[in-house]
Amino acid sequence: MIRLDDVTFRYEDLQMRFDVDFPSVSFTAVIGPSGGGKSTLLNLIAGFEAPEQGRVLIAGADVTALPPDRRPVSMIFQDNNVFAHLDLWQNVAIGIAPSLKLDAGQRKRVDAALAGVGLGALMRRKPGEVSGGERQRVAVARALVRDRPVLLLDEPFAALGPALRRDMLDLVKSMQQARGLTVVMVTHQPEDALAAASHTAYLENGRILALRSTAELFAARDLPGLEAYLGDWRSTGL
Amino acid sequence: MIAYRPSRAPAYAALAFLVVALTAGFLPVLGMGLEQGLSGLDPYVFRVLRFTLLQAGLSTLLSLALGLPLARALARQSSFPGRGLLLQLLNLPLALPAIVVIIGVIEVYGARGWLGGLFDIYGLQGILLAHVFFNVPLAARLILSDLERIPAESWKLSAQLGLGPRAIWRLVEWPAVRSGVAGAALLVFLLCASSFAVVLTLGGGPRATTLEVAIYQSLRSDFDPQRASMLALVQLALCATLALIAQAWGGLAAGWPMLRLQPKRYDGRSMTSRLLDGGIVALAILLLLPPLVALAGAGLFHINPSALLLRALATSIGLGAASAALAFAVVWPLAVLAVRSGAWRKVATIAVLASWIVPPAALATGWFISLIAYAGMTGLAAFLVIAMNALMSLPFVARVLMPALAQSAEGHDRLCMSLGLSGWSRFRLVELPVVKRAIGLSLVMALILSLGDLTAISLFGTQDFVTLPALIYRQMGSYRFDEAIGTALVLSALVLAFSTLARRWSGRQ
Repeated sequence: MIRLDDVTFRYEDLQMRFDVDFPSVSFTAVIGPSGGGKSTLLNLIAGFEAPEQGRVLIAGADVTALPPDRRPVSMIFQDNNVFAHLDLWQNVAIGIAPSLKLDAGQRKRVDAALAGVGLGALMRRKPGEVSGGERQRVAVARALVRDRPVLLLDEPFAALGPALRRDMLDLVKSMQQARGLTVVMVTHQPEDALAAASHTAYLENGRILALRSTAELFAARDLPGLEAYLGDWRSTGL
Repeated sequence: MIAYRPSRAPAYAALAFLVVALTAGFLPVLGMGLEQGLSGLDPYVFRVLRFTLLQAGLSTLLSLALGLPLARALARQSSFPGRGLLLQLLNLPLALPAIVVIIGVIEVYGARGWLGGLFDIYGLQGILLAHVFFNVPLAARLILSDLERIPAESWKLSAQLGLGPRAIWRLVEWPAVRSGVAGAALLVFLLCASSFAVVLTLGGGPRATTLEVAIYQSLRSDFDPQRASMLALVQLALCATLALIAQAWGGLAAGWPMLRLQPKRYDGRSMTSRLLDGGIVALAILLLLPPLVALAGAGLFHINPSALLLRALATSIGLGAASAALAFAVVWPLAVLAVRSGAWRKVATIAVLASWIVPPAALATGWFISLIAYAGMTGLAAFLVIAMNALMSLPFVARVLMPALAQSAEGHDRLCMSLGLSGWSRFRLVELPVVKRAIGLSLVMALILSLGDLTAISLFGTQDFVTLPALIYRQMGSYRFDEAIGTALVLSALVLAFSTLARRWSGRQ
């Protein structure tokens, strides 16, 4: 579904090279040490960075030259997913039409998406008047109405507490299954991958060293970097 | 917790100086003003007030009308050849003394200039032109720093949602700059309402004069302290109102905007956007570059190292050094206490703000009236110029010293107390190494301000007591414009040398 065909990219001292095929209609977590290029990988798929060489293909189509808004992709960031002076409803509606001029059917879709993430009662609040978790739900609702087949998440729930994070993961997971999305999520928490992801990729120094089913990856003994990265977590967490 | 308490005697001395200086300025003005009552508010005063507000308002509008699009263009086109140089160019008008820039403006737009006849340079048009020259860069830099604070995710989100330039302006850019634009407008208005050199040199007689310049004329040409004190009261009320509005707003621009790493932007790639931004940048360059080039080009051939120039140079540096030292001596003891006690912080804030609310010409009026009996006393004029320049630089010195001292207090107080280190040995061993760069920077900033001063020296200077800006003004007035250009170039070289030094220090802090 998402294929990076021998893509190279350089950021400061790190020369990255990605050659990978993310399985279709699946939930893939990307883990690995900081500064290894996890966010860059998402930026290349979303079109926020252009590869030096290679091609990016989504659903078989070459999107390498397409600008971000013409790719079949939605992305949720760790922070700043909302426009501060638009209310929550408008923040979702802008995913359908930047002019905010919606017909009756589109308005219903916005209402439904907000209700679906549990924000039905708060839709006229401004982002400053709701919690951090609720702001992230707005981003999820917007991804729902945009209805693009690929959803990218860049440490989306890192700032939330454990219980809330689990709720949000469940929400995204059920959305992925209901809509048949292809989800790629960068995370620093191995338990996020275990909770939600069918597949997990291990990325280190600008290379994806392994992309396996989540259970297989966490059981792997052939990746020394992964052992060091997980450290004590594996012995106590599993 | 028992806190370190530095000696308070120097702080009381500093406060005493401020109280004496400000009351000697304020009380006679108030007394003489009240004596006249409403009869002093004649049509002349109203006409001057009207023109002051009119030119400041128009200057503000014009400065923002170009400054805001310029900031947006520079933010949107985050990499083009020469962008760094252009940002440096934007710093220049702010670093240079007003009188120097005026010389450049006259050289280009004056009757015999390259673009002579385009504007009527003496009168409102000239005043606006000079004010726009100073304040477009100021507004642009302030607004640009707001735009650069927009988080990278907002640009990514806008790109992914396919927002066009208008939607981005409405949803991302305008909300980010809205309060900054208001702050910049207020600052520009305040600067233009109390601008002296520009109106003195380019204003045309009683029809185009502002409060600040009218006070000077009442004191020095008409010997009419009564009218001067009436004008001074009006000017005081105006400046105090503006300063209070600014304070309620959360302070004016909080320090000089720093260049930071810019998040990548995905908009502004279309041909229309590029042409639009390019056009605005070109317009700004056309506005800013010619006067500076004219100054450098024509000045080089007219530097005449006469005895008068050398004496003015020495006087400028001497006065500057003295007023920097005085400003430092006032701020330091207050700042040392302010970083450790809430009460002293209030005292220091009020002291610094008060020196700033009272406009120089209004202050001078009071001093003039107070000291009229001692006029002609040798040394008195020099002392008044030094005192006034020191007062004007207090806020800048405080802004540099306070954070450095706060850091030092936080880091070392407890250790020093446990070691019994205090007084001079503490200053030498602990404070000085940490804050010496801030001290240097604050002294250089005060020095630069004093070097460019035309207000104080015009009010108190004499035939034989001349600084470089006063010499430039005198040469302009006696139809020796070529010599004035040469002197202006000498002054700008001096100021730029010091400000380069200051920038290097502030960069490493």
